[in-house]
Amino acid sequence: MNLPVDALAALQAFQAVGSWEQRARMLMQWGERLPALADADKVDANLVQGCESLVWLVGRLHDGHWQFAASSEARLIRGLVALLLARVNGLSADELQAVDLPDWFNQLGLSRQLSPSRSNGLNAVLQRMRDLSHTQH
Amino acid sequence: MLVPSPWRADFPAIATLQRQDQTYLDNAATTQKPQALLDALNHYYANGAANVHRAQHLPGAHATQGFEDSRSKVAQWLNVGDSGQIIFTHGATSALNLLAYGLEPLFNPGDEIVISALEHHANLLPWQQLAKRRELKLVVLPLDDEGLIDLQAAAQLIGPQTRLLAVSQLSNVLGVWQPLPQLLALAKAHDALTVVDGAQGIVHGRHDVQALGCDFYVFSSHKLYGPDGVGVLYGRTEALHLLRHWQFGGEMVQQADYHSASFRPAPLGFEAGTPPIAGVIGLGATLDYLSSLDQSALIAHEAALHDYLLRGLRARNGVRLLGAPQVALASFVVEGVHNADLAHLLTEQGIAVRAGHHCAMPLLKRLQLSGAIRVSLALYNDSDDLERFFEALDQALDMLR
Repeated sequence: MNLPVDALAALQAFQAVGSWEQRARMLMQWGERLPALADADKVDANLVQGCESLVWLVGRLHDGHWQFAASSEARLIRGLVALLLARVNGLSADELQAVDLPDWFNQLGLSRQLSPSRSNGLNAVLQRMRDLSHTQH
Repeated sequence: MLVPSPWRADFPAIATLQRQDQTYLDNAATTQKPQALLDALNHYYANGAANVHRAQHLPGAHATQGFEDSRSKVAQWLNVGDSGQIIFTHGATSALNLLAYGLEPLFNPGDEIVISALEHHANLLPWQQLAKRRELKLVVLPLDDEGLIDLQAAAQLIGPQTRLLAVSQLSNVLGVWQPLPQLLALAKAHDALTVVDGAQGIVHGRHDVQALGCDFYVFSSHKLYGPDGVGVLYGRTEALHLLRHWQFGGEMVQQADYHSASFRPAPLGFEAGTPPIAGVIGLGATLDYLSSLDQSALIAHEAALHDYLLRGLRARNGVRLLGAPQVALASFVVEGVHNADLAHLLTEQGIAVRAGHHCAMPLLKRLQLSGAIRVSLALYNDSDDLERFFEALDQALDMLR
């Protein structure tokens, strides 16, 4: 499967990172680039339960391709979510089913963010994305 | 070093964690274990495990002896004397659930249960759910700005309808000793039962249940440097008589027929099934170890370390402490910084602290916070641990601001 352009850029950037400081700074930069979520979407129904910070996630199919949008009040989780969206936005329903998201974070050197003891909410975001993709295809 | 710990080497995990570049400051969640405990567990399992109170064989006798010796040691630790009994449970949570179910028949619709605004979920939810089952009113005592239960409000709210008061001795978020003597006196004036959640309090200083005068006192072994899976419930003799049997099974029964049974009194009547035998024996070994330490040196160490922590936090711009912590821990937030971001960057630097709501969601909501960072201390921590934390905190704040 070919990687979306944004995903390729993320992969190159994160694989070149040497230190935790660089990685954290880059995560925050990716978070800042995440397009703002419309206020109308920042409602309880779109809130992902199980995060330390408030995270909203919405996803819609446009002409057979997924378009997700998200927001968080915390900067590092926002960065993680931006990296997630870079990988999945634009995929078809079948492609989204097939993509191995834990492996994606592993390739970025961020697999620890998915460990079960982490309460940052990335796992909950992934689960929410799976639920959304199952209800609308 | 400004505040060294003479007991650090007694806890082998600390050296291991240090080799992994981890600084453990999440002691209010659980503690590392002394070598004396590891030795006791090893000795028990290496020399013949057996079930307790059942078998006539020698391994059974040894296990029962060790198990009951631990019961005596816990009773001594709390100065129970002949005022009551020690029941072993699987944790503080299960001890509090035992009470909420065991005391249930005493309550009638409209009766009141009084707790405080700072209770851990373990001392909130069992009472909240009991209140729902029996149509009771759950009354929540408010706090003052320093994090103390407001005694003036308590005097108004504890009244003739109050059947039970359940409060924490020491808050797991605010680190403030609660005014138990006054609160228990208010409850007793109305013949209400009194339950003290000692999960945090037990770890700091020695407490005397006879002097305290509570009906029930609860704590968990793992926060007191003991094994996990073991909880302790002290009950005053008269109060234990009020307790209905809750969990049913082996060992708690006197006579059993297919259609009826009679049950043992406390403690065994409330220890259904095989108890955590090794854990209880291990707790006994931990108490032996703790008893061997110089108590005044220990208290002085904890006070010096706590002071060091508070000074360091107060010296930093934008740091706001929750309440006015007196011992053991401090929770804080930083202006303009999300606690989840701070937690992330502290974790990256090997600082093991707790972030979030600390199992006290209603308290955090009342403080209008989405969460906080908590640093909690143990007897093996030293000022170098705190220096590593402060360095990591400065670095994290540098990156986030």
